[in-house]
Formats: sequence, structure tokens, C-alpha cells
Amino acid sequence: MLVLNNVEVMYDHVILVLKGMSLEVPEGKVVTLLGSNGAGKTTTLKAVSGLLKSENGHITDGFIEFDGERINGMEPETIVRRGIFQVMEGRRVFEHLNVDENLIAGAYTRRDRRNIRRDIDMVYGYFPRLRDLKHRTAGYLSGGEQQMLAIGRALMARPKLMLLDEPSLGLAPLLVQEIFRIIRQINQDQGTTILVVEQNANVALGIADYGYIMENGKIVLEGAVDRLVDNEDVREFYLGLSDVGKRKSYREVKHYKRRKRWLS
Amino acid sequence: MTFFMQILISGLVVGAVYALVAFGFVLIYKSSDVINFAQGEFLLVGAYIALSLVVFYQVPFPAAVALTLSMCVILGVVVERLVLRPFIGERVISVIMATIGLSLLMRGIIQMVWGTETRTFPGIFPDMPVRLGDVVVSQIYLWSLAVAVVLLVVFTVFFKYSSTGIVMRAAADDQVAALSMGISVKRIIAITWAIAAVVAAIGGILLGNINGVNPSLAYIGLMVLPVVILGGLDSVPGAVVGGFIIGILESLAGGYLDPLIGGGVKEVAPFAVLLLVLMVRPYGLFGKEIIERV
Repeated sequence: MLVLNNVEVMYDHVILVLKGMSLEVPEGKVVTLLGSNGAGKTTTLKAVSGLLKSENGHITDGFIEFDGERINGMEPETIVRRGIFQVMEGRRVFEHLNVDENLIAGAYTRRDRRNIRRDIDMVYGYFPRLRDLKHRTAGYLSGGEQQMLAIGRALMARPKLMLLDEPSLGLAPLLVQEIFRIIRQINQDQGTTILVVEQNANVALGIADYGYIMENGKIVLEGAVDRLVDNEDVREFYLGLSDVGKRKSYREVKHYKRRKRWLS
Repeated sequence: MTFFMQILISGLVVGAVYALVAFGFVLIYKSSDVINFAQGEFLLVGAYIALSLVVFYQVPFPAAVALTLSMCVILGVVVERLVLRPFIGERVISVIMATIGLSLLMRGIIQMVWGTETRTFPGIFPDMPVRLGDVVVSQIYLWSLAVAVVLLVVFTVFFKYSSTGIVMRAAADDQVAALSMGISVKRIIAITWAIAAVVAAIGGILLGNINGVNPSLAYIGLMVLPVVILGGLDSVPGAVVGGFIIGILESLAGGYLDPLIGGGVKEVAPFAVLLLVLMVRPYGLFGKEIIERV
């Protein structure tokens, strides 16, 4: 459905952030993109959604295809209309609008205005807590509620592909579990394809079908999730495990530092 | 008492026009952080276009107003396109300088086309004054007040409930997030400028019917500053309330203080308020509270 082929992204014409990034998201699947800070995960999402332009970033090489059509260089609004919706990092709800209005704003690109009410109800079905808060100013919601609203707002656009940028950011572990459970559920009920970028590898691998691991602007490892979690490097560097089912002991860390094999 | 009421009513009328013009000003500030110093010139252009249509082309007044407003929509969009859009991403101060330049340019063109002498609308509203108890009010005053109030209500409802209004507020809140959901921020800003030009033009037509039209009307654009500082730069209700307060205050100062010390207080009073507000409550009466979750 979505294909990135050898994409290079440069900011300000000098800073090369993506260095030949290739990735594929098959229709109807949940794909996760993992990596440490500064690896280029958010840039990858912005390259897809067209938001790079507002930050003076450009795709200098490679191409991005969605449903067999090139989308690099398109305006963000065109891309949203094609069916790709990015939930930005840090939630970014419209703080001075109430919950209902945030959802209405999310449906901006929809042409079937009549179904908006019904879809607002659908969102409240996934996030019952929001229903009680629907007239509350979004800026006063808790972090978890704002994240629910951000995802709900994305649902309002009825996207084919939803890009989620670190939905776990700054949330309590229980809430993270809940939000990821709902993400999976949305994928199953609505058939929405999902690409989720995460630092929290554990929870992301818990719901995804396929995973990519990126470092320094390119993919270093990829595979079906069950294969990824068996990979020694992933276990060591992303899941914090060294033996099956055993937590890593900090005493051992001192003796021996594992080398990432994919870098050599 | 009659004198007081008389002054109060003229203050309300002036205040209503201030509220309209300030409304456009605040819209632009909210949606794009631009302080539009050319707001007064928009008012002037609107007044002159309507006047020309009525006087030279003999267009009936309602049609002339409709035509003027559509031209102002175009003017607002064109100005945004030609003057403001190239400044996207530039520093705020450059944009402000651009609007000052725009105001001078527009004023120059206006004076070239229409000259500087005062022109008056032919009697459109009936001359017969209306008696409200002891107070005598000319009909144009009542019409102006009614038009301004109706417009302000219509726009408030528009922003609160229509989907375009909601999206405009969304874009004012977080442009990048708005962009990410397919909202065309450029289009929103263009709509904003169109609305600002239209409300200013309506203000101009109303004032023109009361006092006649000459280039000094553009100073209303400056009077907007005390209004919006008092109300809060980014608050639409603030612009309305501030407009009425400043209008009434100015009128009271003109009625009671000017005779005492020989004039001038009327013009100064709003700016005294401006200074006072800046010292005591710089974000104004209804300035946006920055929502912070601690």
C-alpha cells in the first residue's frame, strides 16, 4: 500500500537525515518503525504526509508511493485526501477548541458531511471517556485523554493509512497498554492500515504484524514481529532482555557490552 | 439626562463601528499573528467604492453595498496573496512593516482616485429623526447600530458552530496540526483577510453615511489599537466589548470634558486607556489565556 524506496531527506539543504530509507506497509496490517532518538523516524512520517515542507525539509532522492501512485512532493492536504493521516508527536490537539470541535476539525477533508455525527459517535465508542468530556476545552484534558482525542480526530478523516508518531509519549504504562489495544482494535474493525513509530518497542511489537528498526537514517533490520522478538540484537537493545524471559541484570552489563551486529 | 443619553447613543454607534473594524483586525491577528495596520484603509476603500457606485453609477444602495462587499472580498484575497503570502516564515516585524507599507500605498491610491475633499452619500436613510422618550436619534444611527450588532452576532455564531468557523479557529490554534489534517491554512488565511476587508468596508459605509467620506476616516484603523489592546489582541468577544467601551468613552469625553478644557480630550482618551491597560493588564480584558497543564 505504502512504499518508500531509497528515500533521502535533507533539511535546510545541508542536514541529511534520511539516507536511503526503504520501507513497505502492506494493506490492512499494523507495521511498527522502531529506533532511538534522532534515527529519523518522525522525519520518515513527515516525508510521507508532506509535512516536511513546513520545516524546510526536502526529499532529495528516492520516491514514495501510495496505492501505486507517487505522492512525494504533494501538498499535505492532497495527501490527506488520498487517505493518509498523520497523528503528530505530542498529541497537538486544538487546545482552545472543545472535544467535539476537535473531532469536527478532523473531518475537514470529508465530503460526506452527513455521516460526521455518526462517526463522532463511533469515536466515542472507542474512547468512552471522551464522550463525557465532549464539551470540555481540549487543552484541559489529561495527556492520555488528549492522545485519545488525537487518534479519534484522525479516525474522523476515515483514512486508509494512519501514521502514529509515538502515541505512548509521556503516558502512564497502563494507559499506553489501553491505547495500543484500541489501535489494534481500530485496525481490525475499520481495516485501517497503521504505521506506528515508537520508542517503546515492547508495546509496539505487542500489536504489530511487521517491524522495522531504523538507525541513523536507514533501516537496519526488518521482519515479522515474532522473528524480530527472537533476534538477539533486538532483545538486547530494544527489549532489554538477555535471556529468554529473564530481565537483564545490570551487574552483567559492566562485564560485557554487546556489539550491534547489523552495524558491522 | 437627555444630553447624557444623546452622547451615550452616539458613543454606541461609533463603538459598534469600532467593534466591526476591530473584529477584522483580531481575526487576522488570531489566524496569522499579523498586526494589520492597513485595516483603516480597507474601511476607506469600502466607503469610497460604495459611494462611487451610488453617486456616479446610480446603482441602488442595496445593490451597491452587495457589489462593494464582493469587491472587498476580492481585495482581501488579493492583498493576502500579493502582500502577505511572500512573508510566510519571515519575522513578525517584517510582516508588520509590510502592512504599514500597504496602508500607505492604499492611502496614496485612494487619494489619487478620489481626491481628499469630503464627499457625502445622497440621503439614503430617511432624515426624520426618531424620538425615544426625550432623546432624539437620527435613523442612520439606529440603522448603523442594528447592522453592526446583527453582523457581530452572525459572525459569532459562524465561528462557534459552522464547520468553516471551527476549522478557522483550529488553524489559529495550531497551524501545523491543522496542516496535518488536510486543512489548507493558506485558504483559511485568505478567508480571514476577505472577512476583515468586508467588515471594515461595512464600517466604512456606515460611517460614510453619518459623517461623509474623506481620507481621514482611515484613522479609525489607528483607533482600533486601543480597542483591541483593551479587549485582548486575540479575543473576538474582546474586540466587540472593547469597541463599545472605547466608543462610549470617547463620546463621553467629547461631551463632558472637551467643553471644560477646550477640546482634544475626545481624541486622546482612547489612547490614555491604551496606556493604562498596557500597564495594568497587558493581555487585555479577554486575552487568550495560555492553557498550561502543570
